[in-house]
Amino acid sequence: MSAYNFAYLDEQTKRMIRRALLKALAVPGYQVPFASREMPMPYGWGTGGVQVSAAVLVPEDVLKVIDQGADDTTNAVSIRRFFQKVAGVAVSEATAQATVIQTRHRIPERALEEGQILVYQVPIPEPLRFLEPSEIETRKMHALEEYGLMHVKLYEDISRHGEIATSYAYPVKVEGRYVMDPSPIPKFDNPKLSMAAIQLFGAGREQRIYALPPWTEVVSLDFEDYPFEAARAPHACDLCGAGDSYLDEVITDDAGGRMFVCSDTDFCGERRAAGHVGRLGESA
Amino acid sequence: MESTTETLGGGFDDAPRQAARAFRAALEAMARPGQLQQLGEVARAPAPCSPAAATLLLVLCDPETPVFLAGAHDSAAMRDWLRFHTGAPLVETRVAAVFALGTAEALAPLSDFAVGVPEYPDRSATLIIDGWASAHPVRLSGPGLREARAAELPMPEAFRANAARFPLGWDAYFTRADSLWALPRSTRIRMEGS
Repeated sequence: MSAYNFAYLDEQTKRMIRRALLKALAVPGYQVPFASREMPMPYGWGTGGVQVSAAVLVPEDVLKVIDQGADDTTNAVSIRRFFQKVAGVAVSEATAQATVIQTRHRIPERALEEGQILVYQVPIPEPLRFLEPSEIETRKMHALEEYGLMHVKLYEDISRHGEIATSYAYPVKVEGRYVMDPSPIPKFDNPKLSMAAIQLFGAGREQRIYALPPWTEVVSLDFEDYPFEAARAPHACDLCGAGDSYLDEVITDDAGGRMFVCSDTDFCGERRAAGHVGRLGESA
Repeated sequence: MESTTETLGGGFDDAPRQAARAFRAALEAMARPGQLQQLGEVARAPAPCSPAAATLLLVLCDPETPVFLAGAHDSAAMRDWLRFHTGAPLVETRVAAVFALGTAEALAPLSDFAVGVPEYPDRSATLIIDGWASAHPVRLSGPGLREARAAELPMPEAFRANAARFPLGWDAYFTRADSLWALPRSTRIRMEGS
């Protein structure tokens, strides 16, 4: 461990990221450019989130890393081990015990509290990118608060599919000013974006950092006659029986068998430990 | 010899860990406007710079961040300390500063500091307000505040004018002894009383 500086990055890099984080908090939802570094993992594996985590971690932190809600997937395990090695921090799979949670594409089911920090891995930070490929143009659109194109996109969804078909990375408006991509979380998670914890977003390849201070007003874009709806599969978890969690659909055989399970493994595990049993679960 | 000790001393002896803890307090402060954060380990700079302000400078400044020193904070001892510990270039005009240090009165006129441009509102100054002569009761609301919070603010009109320019504007830390709190441009300020 002594072969690495604390939390891997050199101090000047951390200062640069830290300054970007403070400006990101001061202008919620605005994407601050930062000089993203090469990390010992490929782009697309959470290099932005890792750099943000490295800049905020203190030796006393308890780190949790999830990938689509799960603590035991390759990406989550490798990032957790990385920080165990280079920062010497304690790690946990329990949402309640963690002080810093790095996440790919989910917000934990358990409500986060003051003192916790949620760090998102972001692939494409620009919500307007698929509508307007030019960065110069999208910068100008944000500067002028020119978000008509996004509403046209949602309207086209309705005219084509009869509803707003966007189901993840659902765009939000922050404090009535910036339209922001909440990273590819399911829209089920959008109502949780206004929370007690600090939320930091890091996009490594795209070199952007943005943030939501606690209790920031975050509104999912919609229309009066087509209001936003936080969707989930109409099932209960087959392992723990939860009827209010976000579910993954798992194919179990080649004869059409399938099951629905909580995507948040810690939430599901805690429920099963407390005696809840789903359709296919085994009682403890 | 004494001045050499003053210039070379006062830094961290385990910079990566101490800076991480101090930054975490600065991050919490910026995320929760008006909430006082107590620093554990602090840096020490020549008087009249408070330990909290010295710590912020040490954690955030480097050769990439021009610093403006105002009033009594603009001393030869302070300039030497800042140059030695951070390598930050010192600037003579407010508009060129990324960070600025001084009392509220010495830093005025606050409207001269960089507020960013519409495409890049992050290209703006951060003020470290290290002491103030008088403060007025205000109520703060906005991002980071679930409910409005009472606070005391020097020169509230200058801060209201700054908030009115959102998303442009500068952001401020208030430092005293070992503690600090922050007021980002996003915070709405209402005057109390009178």
